[in-house]
Amino acid sequence: MRLTAAAGWAAALVAALALFRWHRPPGSEWWFMPDPGASALALVVSGAGSLLAFALAAAALVLVALAPWRGVARGNALLALSLLAAALLVLQGLAVTHRGLVLPALAPLFGDAAPQPGLGGGGWLAIAALTMLAGAGIAERGGFRGDAFLAGSVLLLGVLLTLFVFLPLGLMFAEAFQDRDGAFAPARFLGLVGGRDVWGLDCAWSSAACGAVWNTLLLGVLTASLATLLGLAFALVYLRSSMPGKRWLRVLSILPIITPPFVISLAIIVLFGRTGIVSVALDEWFDIPRSRWIYGLPGVLLAQVLSQAPLAFLVIVGVLEGISPTLEEASGTLGARRWDTFRRVTWPLLKPGLAAAFLVNFVESLSDFGNPLVLGGNFEVLSVKIYFAIAGAQHDPAQAAALGLVLLALTLGAFLLQRYWLGRASYVTVTGKGDSGLHASLPRRVDWLCRGVAVPWAVFTLVTYGIVVFGGFVADIGRFDLTFSWQHFERGFAVTWQDGLFFQGSAWPSLFTTLWIAAVAAPLTAAVGLIAAWLTARQRFPGRGTLEFGTLLSFAVPGTVVGVSYIVAFNVPPFELTGTGMILIFCFVFRNMPVGMRAGLAGLSQIDRSLDEASASLGAASGTTMRRVVLPLLRPALVTALVYSFVSAITAVSAVIFLVSAEHNLATAYIAGRVEAGEYPLAIAYATVLIGIMLAGILGIQALVGERRLGRRLRVGAAA
Amino acid sequence: MNGSTLRLEGIVKRFGHTVAVAEASFEVADGTLSTLLGPSGCGKTTVLRMVAGLEAPSAGRILIGGRDVTALSAAERGVSLVFQSYALFPHMSVVENVAYGLTVAGVKRREALARAEEAMAGVGLSGLGARLPSELSGGQQQRVALARALVLRPRVLLFDEPLSNLDARLRRKVRDDIRALQQRLGLTVLYVTHDQHEALAVSDNVIVMRQGAIAQIGTPRDLYERPADAFVADFMGEASLIPAEVEAVADGIATVRAGELRLSLPARGVAPGGGARLAVRPHGWRIAEAGLPATLQRVSYLGATLEALIDTGFGEVFAVFPVGSSLPAPGSAIRLAVDTTPGAAALIPEG
Repeated sequence: MRLTAAAGWAAALVAALALFRWHRPPGSEWWFMPDPGASALALVVSGAGSLLAFALAAAALVLVALAPWRGVARGNALLALSLLAAALLVLQGLAVTHRGLVLPALAPLFGDAAPQPGLGGGGWLAIAALTMLAGAGIAERGGFRGDAFLAGSVLLLGVLLTLFVFLPLGLMFAEAFQDRDGAFAPARFLGLVGGRDVWGLDCAWSSAACGAVWNTLLLGVLTASLATLLGLAFALVYLRSSMPGKRWLRVLSILPIITPPFVISLAIIVLFGRTGIVSVALDEWFDIPRSRWIYGLPGVLLAQVLSQAPLAFLVIVGVLEGISPTLEEASGTLGARRWDTFRRVTWPLLKPGLAAAFLVNFVESLSDFGNPLVLGGNFEVLSVKIYFAIAGAQHDPAQAAALGLVLLALTLGAFLLQRYWLGRASYVTVTGKGDSGLHASLPRRVDWLCRGVAVPWAVFTLVTYGIVVFGGFVADIGRFDLTFSWQHFERGFAVTWQDGLFFQGSAWPSLFTTLWIAAVAAPLTAAVGLIAAWLTARQRFPGRGTLEFGTLLSFAVPGTVVGVSYIVAFNVPPFELTGTGMILIFCFVFRNMPVGMRAGLAGLSQIDRSLDEASASLGAASGTTMRRVVLPLLRPALVTALVYSFVSAITAVSAVIFLVSAEHNLATAYIAGRVEAGEYPLAIAYATVLIGIMLAGILGIQALVGERRLGRRLRVGAAA
Repeated sequence: MNGSTLRLEGIVKRFGHTVAVAEASFEVADGTLSTLLGPSGCGKTTVLRMVAGLEAPSAGRILIGGRDVTALSAAERGVSLVFQSYALFPHMSVVENVAYGLTVAGVKRREALARAEEAMAGVGLSGLGARLPSELSGGQQQRVALARALVLRPRVLLFDEPLSNLDARLRRKVRDDIRALQQRLGLTVLYVTHDQHEALAVSDNVIVMRQGAIAQIGTPRDLYERPADAFVADFMGEASLIPAEVEAVADGIATVRAGELRLSLPARGVAPGGGARLAVRPHGWRIAEAGLPATLQRVSYLGATLEALIDTGFGEVFAVFPVGSSLPAPGSAIRLAVDTTPGAAALIPEG
């Protein structure tokens, strides 16, 4: 007989209770490993009364789940018992902290409560098992068309989104609006973020600095405008001009995706800083005095436009490709000249795309943390201010939370504007319908204007990246010492042989952590993203809207805000995770999942729903359908999701810089440290290594997952 | 015996505020084939999908062989569906497609492949196992879909418009193949179609649906010769509807009058002095010496038959005559009589 879902998860629950460490002792490295001596069962046996009620509920649940009969009545029992056990687990975790019982009203339920730390591997596994058992119960009552996997994955996704998206944001909100007694106190919020450093407008009439909100908005508008214009020029040249070699523009658009943070900023400093190559040249040849003009708005703006113009390019190319050539041909046959066609047909159709590109870049600029950190100087933006509220001398999480809410309001506003105002017009999808015809070529003046903008900028971008690769191999590019040298790589990545291989270089620990975390996070992210796509696109169930909203939210929240909210939420039991590698993984999974989801949605829209249904009708449970039918057909989306989550786990900095610890340092955080210490060449050398690793990783994923095979293949011999 | 009798009791399906299926109760007896027939959007496919377990009913029960399967998932019901689009997995070879349900159920791969080959031989597809579905013709793909469903020995086999993607010539052959297979293997089949010829040809019983409700259930002959209402009469092969007065009823035969027509037809519950409607099929009209005064408007030559549009005092009627008939020129005044043999004309009791 085959194992039922309920029985399988009951076994997992038993393991969670009897095999795994229930708590996570502070500082423990292997807290998620099996350790029966510290399991919930062992704790109950040794007299920890506070877990008794939960353990009894869980035991009853296991008995019901293993019972041989099945039906609606058992479904009810499964659902009720798993909800009861989950409620007791959460209640116990909230009531008993490392200070003992903090909710005295619950003393009759939990009895003598010894202080306890946050949940360990057993606790987390139990949460997962209880969720899936509740799903099995719902399915057995006939919910979700009787599909236990489906019910379980919906519930599990809901629980995960609650824990890692809604809960942290909610707690951050509470942190900013609550006084010490937990009462609602808006005055406190105003006190935290109402100051002149946030809202001041002094720069309008004096030399004093403006508030961070205005700086952030100004930077956002400028970056978005410039990046959109550049993106437009690039897109027009790429798709509509006859310029030779224009195909290479597409390669430029991939660069920012695999660029570690700080790299562009460092390249700009190397070029334009006080001792930078360009500054020195200007000083020596034209007597233009060297200055620090690059630190502040100009530098940040330059860096952001360099890194974001390709994003605008991709958005606008998408829209431009979606404009049917027949429209332009129609205009031509109606007697319009090229300029008329461009001005009265192409341009109006392009406008929603430009608005979309602007808003995407605006949000991206607001969320950017690396560039303002390095180049901001006295020009203070919200993301950096949030970072220093946590990492600076005063360490004020409440202020960070309050600032985070302000930043969240700005990005969410822009995001919702983009989503609901522009609607679908902003993302014209290429249907693949055979829409033949030729696009009108650009009016001559527009063509030359676009080339005049795009070509120099492309060259500038290449020089910037060239500096990065070059800079790692010379003695000190920051001071124009260009003698060839391996010293930076040696400092970071030296390997010696002392009774075995010994990774001596200072960068190794952070590189190893980055790699294993990225290797764990990438498949998880892709899995969660694709399952979320499959659930929202193919299944109908109550709460689907909330689920979609949750995934959207996790996409719109700036990294710094995520970082702060995770610190606020996961620093205390029962969900105490700070300092672990786990929190980094969760952070990556939920920040990058929406991209996997979007790739999945695009892929699923090309796969007929009847294939899923045929599989179900042939007796496959939906888990099997997912594995044998949906996933093989979704391979291109799977590759996209894996590549994106792998690469962004390596390049992310804004959220994880709050979450790294001594044992779990990440490459980007290490680079941030080198930048702060002024060790630019080492930072640049490390960035080069990361770019190499990412390229290898992308190729590896492609080779591993491979292509799907649907078309004709060669046959030998005669066919009947 | 009712080993795999399919029974629906009070099935309702709502999507939000729209009611897709208002109330459906019927039975498909073990070893018989019933069709769900109706115009598009009438809810027939929704009923089929609920039986397959792909949609959950909002109310009601589904029983197979007396066992309530309403809460079971599609995989647990022992029901196989042959999809309109065939839904062959494009990334698997033909034999892998057919073996899919077996391997999913835990049958060893080698045995599954052997049984799949056997099932393919049963539908005349031997030797094509290594191909991809995209390399087969439409008719072959259809047979793969059928083999894939049959190999599981389902208690109930469902067809969703199986002929709609085939060209006209192939339709009759596949239709007859399906019927022959069903009778040879004694399968319990529910079959969805919007084509009444197809329904008449393959069914033991036909369930006619209209706007989410069942309009009539009966044998093909029942539906054609004794339609329950005007909708069924028209849907089962066009019918002209003419208001009639019931003059007398004797021994189950009613004498009715419609204008200058006077006919005797099975009474079907109509009462003297009441109203009824007379449904006349196109082939039920005759040109006669006496009868309904009419004007011949237009005649089209269709090879085997002549189609005519005729204006009567009750509106325009549509008639079909054998090609040898000698019809007067369009515009001529004629008189129409009605053939009262079963199937040519019937009384609709609702009035």
